[in-house]
Amino acid sequence: MQFQCDTASRTPIYRQLIDQVRAGVARGRLLPGDRLPSVRQLSRELVVNPNTVARAYTELEREGTLLTQQGRGVFVATPGNDLTKKARRKQLAEKLDLLFVEAVHLGFTSDELLAMVQDRIGQFAFVTEEKDSP
Amino acid sequence: MTDVIRTFRLTKHYDSRRVVDCLNLRVQRGQVYGFLGRNGAGKSTTIKMLMGMVQPDSGEAELLGEKVSALNPKTRERIAYIAEGHPLYNWMNIGEAVRFGRAFYSNWNDILVEQILDHFELSRKQKLRQLSKGQQAQVSLALAVAPEPELLILDDPTLGLDTVVRRDFLESLIQIIHRKGRTILISSHILGDVERVADRIGIMVDGVLRVDCSTDHFRESVKKLVLDFSGPGPESVDCPGLVNSWTLGSQLELILVGYDEAQRTAVESLQPKNIEIVDLNLEEAFIEYTRGRKRSLPLFAREESRHDQGVDDQGIA
Repeated sequence: MQFQCDTASRTPIYRQLIDQVRAGVARGRLLPGDRLPSVRQLSRELVVNPNTVARAYTELEREGTLLTQQGRGVFVATPGNDLTKKARRKQLAEKLDLLFVEAVHLGFTSDELLAMVQDRIGQFAFVTEEKDSP
Repeated sequence: MTDVIRTFRLTKHYDSRRVVDCLNLRVQRGQVYGFLGRNGAGKSTTIKMLMGMVQPDSGEAELLGEKVSALNPKTRERIAYIAEGHPLYNWMNIGEAVRFGRAFYSNWNDILVEQILDHFELSRKQKLRQLSKGQQAQVSLALAVAPEPELLILDDPTLGLDTVVRRDFLESLIQIIHRKGRTILISSHILGDVERVADRIGIMVDGVLRVDCSTDHFRESVKKLVLDFSGPGPESVDCPGLVNSWTLGSQLELILVGYDEAQRTAVESLQPKNIEIVDLNLEEAFIEYTRGRKRSLPLFAREESRHDQGVDDQGIA
């Protein structure tokens, strides 16, 4: 996966990296067990301070997207979730509402929106079965 | 952590104008410190005082724990300085400049110099006078890092370089940062570059250090608020941390530092129809902060003082 950073953006560089890793995982471009470039490699490649890369990795690790194995490198973690289904449902509903607001303002019918969702859903790597979680 | 650069109430006048005003600057080991400010804000004068090239009127500066005014030559060898515009002895060729520089240092990494010159495809026979501005910058970088300095002080090193050469220069800088324990103070007007390389920034406004915090903290602290009103909006709002404000028809735009509850209450009391909070990139935040009509609210590293009880930061705040 190719990372990039844009200093004209209003999103801080470490945030841009976090967003790219999360998007990569969601689209199945990064699979559990895939190894990410080391902090030094990525810092050199993107020409950014290594601490910025380290900060992005640390946050991704904290939320469970990445896993550092001492001496081996940084890997994409196996998806797991500490939040209850109810809490996750609530988070997703909030995001969905934002999408609906946009769709209404852009003048789409609900059927058109559903069709678009159907059309694009295949681009993402969803979990295939319900995980047993609290 | 140890301070590699430390100044105590450093002050300098040019005629009656105070160009640096009671500056307390601290840069810790391993930090990459972006030293910012508009033209004439006092950055270069500060850097020249750090290098002992300009005498302060009062106050003093320490590098690597020693007073600049009485710096041991051995300590001086551990410090590299790249002056604005990359001045070099133009009548020398590259090989001569390397040999000349080498004579001043007990430690000199010949392999590193070779690597850098090779990397930039520079031949030792080339006359410095005939080099492009970008190549001169590359030579002065090679000369600066050859003694493997612990501290690098760079005064606007990418000034006048084209985009590609600038990127090459930054790449080399990142490689230097990778070598553990290196401390870098870099002044620049290209904020995108600073955001890439700097952990922490300091902003000088009229000779005073007004901002001293992590790069992200500064960006996240300066916000633009756009308020919509049904009729003509109010002229402004009175709240702490207001840097600038202007009215555009039924909209009032505010630039605020350290957006918090108090400010939110003040803004909401105007009863706007809608409040939009806009993030700014580093360049936008810098511009808004430094051109404020009022003296902008100082912004220091409050985010760290929570951890170390502010002991470390009291010297600045």
